[in-house]
Amino acid sequence: MINFDDEKHRVKVGLAEMLKGGVIMDVTSAEQARIAEQAGAVAVMALERVPSDIRAEGGVARMADLEIIEGIKRAVTIPVMAKCRIGHFIEARVLEAVEIDFIDESEVLTPADNKYHIDKWSFKVPFVCGCRDLGEALRRISEGAAMIRTKGEAGTGDVSQAVKHLREIGSVMKSLTVMSSEQLYGIAKEYRVPLDLVRIVAKIGKLPVPNFAAGGVATPADAALCMHLGAEAVFVGSGIFKSSEPEKRARAIVGAIAHWENYEIIAEHSRGLGDPMKGIAAESIPEEHQLQTR
Amino acid sequence: MERFDHLHVGVLALQGDYELHEHQLGLLGIKQRRVRLPSDLNDLGALIMPGGETTTMAILIDRFGLRKPLIDFGRSQPVYGTCAGMVLLARHIEDNQAGVNPLQLMDIDVLRNGYGRQVYSFEETLRVQIASGIEEIRAAFIRAPKVTRLGSAVETLSVYQGSAVLVAEKNILAASFHTELEDDTSLLRCFLSRSLDRQVVDKVP
Repeated sequence: MINFDDEKHRVKVGLAEMLKGGVIMDVTSAEQARIAEQAGAVAVMALERVPSDIRAEGGVARMADLEIIEGIKRAVTIPVMAKCRIGHFIEARVLEAVEIDFIDESEVLTPADNKYHIDKWSFKVPFVCGCRDLGEALRRISEGAAMIRTKGEAGTGDVSQAVKHLREIGSVMKSLTVMSSEQLYGIAKEYRVPLDLVRIVAKIGKLPVPNFAAGGVATPADAALCMHLGAEAVFVGSGIFKSSEPEKRARAIVGAIAHWENYEIIAEHSRGLGDPMKGIAAESIPEEHQLQTR
Repeated sequence: MERFDHLHVGVLALQGDYELHEHQLGLLGIKQRRVRLPSDLNDLGALIMPGGETTTMAILIDRFGLRKPLIDFGRSQPVYGTCAGMVLLARHIEDNQAGVNPLQLMDIDVLRNGYGRQVYSFEETLRVQIASGIEEIRAAFIRAPKVTRLGSAVETLSVYQGSAVLVAEKNILAASFHTELEDDTSLLRCFLSRSLDRQVVDKVP
């Protein structure tokens, strides 16, 4: 039974609320974590490899070694997130045991369970999950996710997939607000989610948990674009530490997000940032190599 | 809420849960404005500093030239800080690993995440002293700061497990916790009333 009024769930969603208007940066070392914090990141994602390296190297991608994660945790005061494999509830329990602040049940890692996601209600630590459309978002929320992010196509530096997912979710949510009750039953059935959840979205016109963007964000303008399309904060993965001047770029993306409606300020933050990550066009990746389909 | 008709309230909107504070102001029909640049503070009667990440907000305050304008504003006008907002209002931050420079508008010391990391975040019903007497409110402590020192002029309006969690000093009000995650506006109304009372006081020659 879903109970959004559950107090344990409220403090989980509460942390997601506090991260709004911020940038969450992928880091692979304590040094990178400190650079991210001093650039103004609201949180860091502790990883062994950034998505573009996972993509390039192939093989099975798993939860990072705890030594890396704990080193990052000691290095910064801001919240530390870490990724576990889809369905791997033991990796999640391990991350909870070392008091990670947020877990990303992530398609960037190789899924451990091809059928089920983790039952996130039973955890004290909040979870974020990726999605491509509203049905996927609502399934993850009904499993207890405290935050949703777009999947985008991680590790590409190509924002087009995050844009596609944001637009898809936004437009379908809007259509729900004018649907009849009969149609909402149909949606609940089609999405395989509780009707109550569909009704909440239809009533408020947005997700009942914060909705962030991720996947391919590489520039301050990319980040601001996501905010204009309804994202409430942005994850930047490979985009920062795979660019030629991570410190400058990190700082610039933070500034552009804080002032996402002020084009002069975004312009000021779009100058002299060095080379962005090289990237690959997401459309050129064959479906079997895409991370978003996981 | 006719009493508050003439009040124009700013919400520091660089990062954090500022939209939730805006929502609560909206419930009371209060005129409001987002504060992101120094000029946004012009003609405001009060300011709310929301929850969020202290380090991020402090960096953005300095980057966008808001430090001095915020300090000047807070020396004369009502300011209410929740969670990260409280940390920024403090005189001193203990164990200040990230090197955050607070605005020092209130004579308190705080320890960031003093109640522990996220897995220890919690909700609690608190008894708080507000203008009309003692009220019970539901408070969310999310990686909340702990007050470790109170200046002699600081009033304690609520205590949890031996630590002050809601404090006031002249025109400044600060809470370790959040009430803006839900629709209970009692603490906001308490702040607005204090703001009006001060305006009246200020007008006395």
